[in-house]
Amino acid sequence: MKYLMFVCSDSEPDTDPTELPDIHKWVAENDSRGRRLTGNVLAPTSAATTVRVRAGELLVSEGPFAETAEVIVGFDLLDCADLDEAIEVARTHPMAREGRLELRPFADLPD
Amino acid sequence: MTHAESPSGARPGAAGVNGAEAAVAAQAAAAAGVDAYPRIVATLIRVTGDWALAEDCAQEASTVALERWPVDGVPANPGGWLMTVARNRAIDVLRRAAVERRKLHDLALLTPTDAPPEHDLVDDRLRLVFTCCHPALAFEARVALTLRTICGVPTADIARLLLVSESTMTRRLTRARARIAQAGIPYRVPSGPALAERLPGVLAVLYLLFTRGYVADGEPAFADEAVRLARLLDALMPGQSEVAALLALLLLQHSRRDARRDATGNLLTLERQDRGRWDRAAIAEGLAAIARVRHDGPYAWQARIAACHATALSADATDWPTIARAYDALADLRPSPVIALNRAVAHGYAYGPAAGLVLLAEARAGGGLDGYPVAVAVEADLVARQGDRPRAAGLFRAAAEAVGSAVERRALLDRADNLAR
Repeated sequence: MKYLMFVCSDSEPDTDPTELPDIHKWVAENDSRGRRLTGNVLAPTSAATTVRVRAGELLVSEGPFAETAEVIVGFDLLDCADLDEAIEVARTHPMAREGRLELRPFADLPD
Repeated sequence: MTHAESPSGARPGAAGVNGAEAAVAAQAAAAAGVDAYPRIVATLIRVTGDWALAEDCAQEASTVALERWPVDGVPANPGGWLMTVARNRAIDVLRRAAVERRKLHDLALLTPTDAPPEHDLVDDRLRLVFTCCHPALAFEARVALTLRTICGVPTADIARLLLVSESTMTRRLTRARARIAQAGIPYRVPSGPALAERLPGVLAVLYLLFTRGYVADGEPAFADEAVRLARLLDALMPGQSEVAALLALLLLQHSRRDARRDATGNLLTLERQDRGRWDRAAIAEGLAAIARVRHDGPYAWQARIAACHATALSADATDWPTIARAYDALADLRPSPVIALNRAVAHGYAYGPAAGLVLLAEARAGGGLDGYPVAVAVEADLVARQGDRPRAAGLFRAAAEAVGSAVERRALLDRADNLAR
């Protein structure tokens, strides 16, 4: 199953002082096992642009579509056997402690 | 609570089976239905992946048994008979829906009348428990799914337990089943360290089920379901200490079910219960389960506390120092306001009301017991035992006013009246 994993900031990060897992190791490990297909870090929301078309008119505005304290800061595309495997991949990501991760399965609509 | 619909279409006494035999057959059908239900549902889910279909077909098999057995007699292998009926029904439905050949093929291969390989089915039922109790489902959804899918409790009864309308519960169950498929929740028992992480969540569902059945205005049938499920889990995971401990805890608490109320339905505290009405068989089974506990987890300590009560010949003979020590351990392991409160009660009996009041003040310091009427009732009891009857009566009345259940309110007012006399 394919999951888009949103990597988000969180207003209440983990306070555990032990060292965070290394993101490069995390990427290498999951890439080599075929569980991570791609992923990237996003530029800050100040670089975001929101686009809408209403009644044929293009509306372009500055910033993200929702102004919240917790924002999406990156993403990874995972290919896992099931949710349990995706949770295992997510729990070892450093942002599981510094922020939060959201696992969204692909809807897999018929062609 | 019924596990199968009432045998509305049954014709007891027909075809040469007399009335008494028919009644026995109907009973056998009901009992076999309860016993076989989780196996059938679990197996059909594994093969078809369709939760609603599995539940419907298992339910239907029970209904057919209630109609046929009083007429035809009880089959030699009731569980196998039910499985075959459920399987054939599933094949019919899937054929009409024209699903893939593979599922139909797998279904057709399913164990008809012979007893199926035990280890396979054991796996299926465990898989079902762990899937129903997956942490990616909301807690209430886990409870509802467990009751519906594993226990076969009708949706209307679950709705009543969880205080929502039947249509809301139907929607929630549908959503939960859809979520299992969409989110990719696996149909599998976790292994290795994941099992240790997931097991407490499963046990929490069982414990909640039990307490919902056990509270003053609860439905006792749900406590029965919880005990049945704990037995099943204990049989399926014999090496798991906390499962044995939970089973022991539930059995020991459940052993008092017939003694907890007086003739008018008022709740009786432990010391006022007729211990002759405690269920000795349940106590023996509970003590045997405790003997298998190898690890001091939270349920183990609670079970030991329950065992102290269950084995005391009278309230005065209760081993309160042992109970107090168990609460000390429990408070270390799982600090919570309610455990701190119970610890104060235990120390109050073991070492006198003054000791209890000191710990009660500690338990209240965090504010976690604010507005909790049981804490007021505990204070009332300790104050009464110190000899200040008027103050104790006032506290019991205050607790009665804040309590939610009518049965408990009456019990507290009775104590206030006795003190004021």
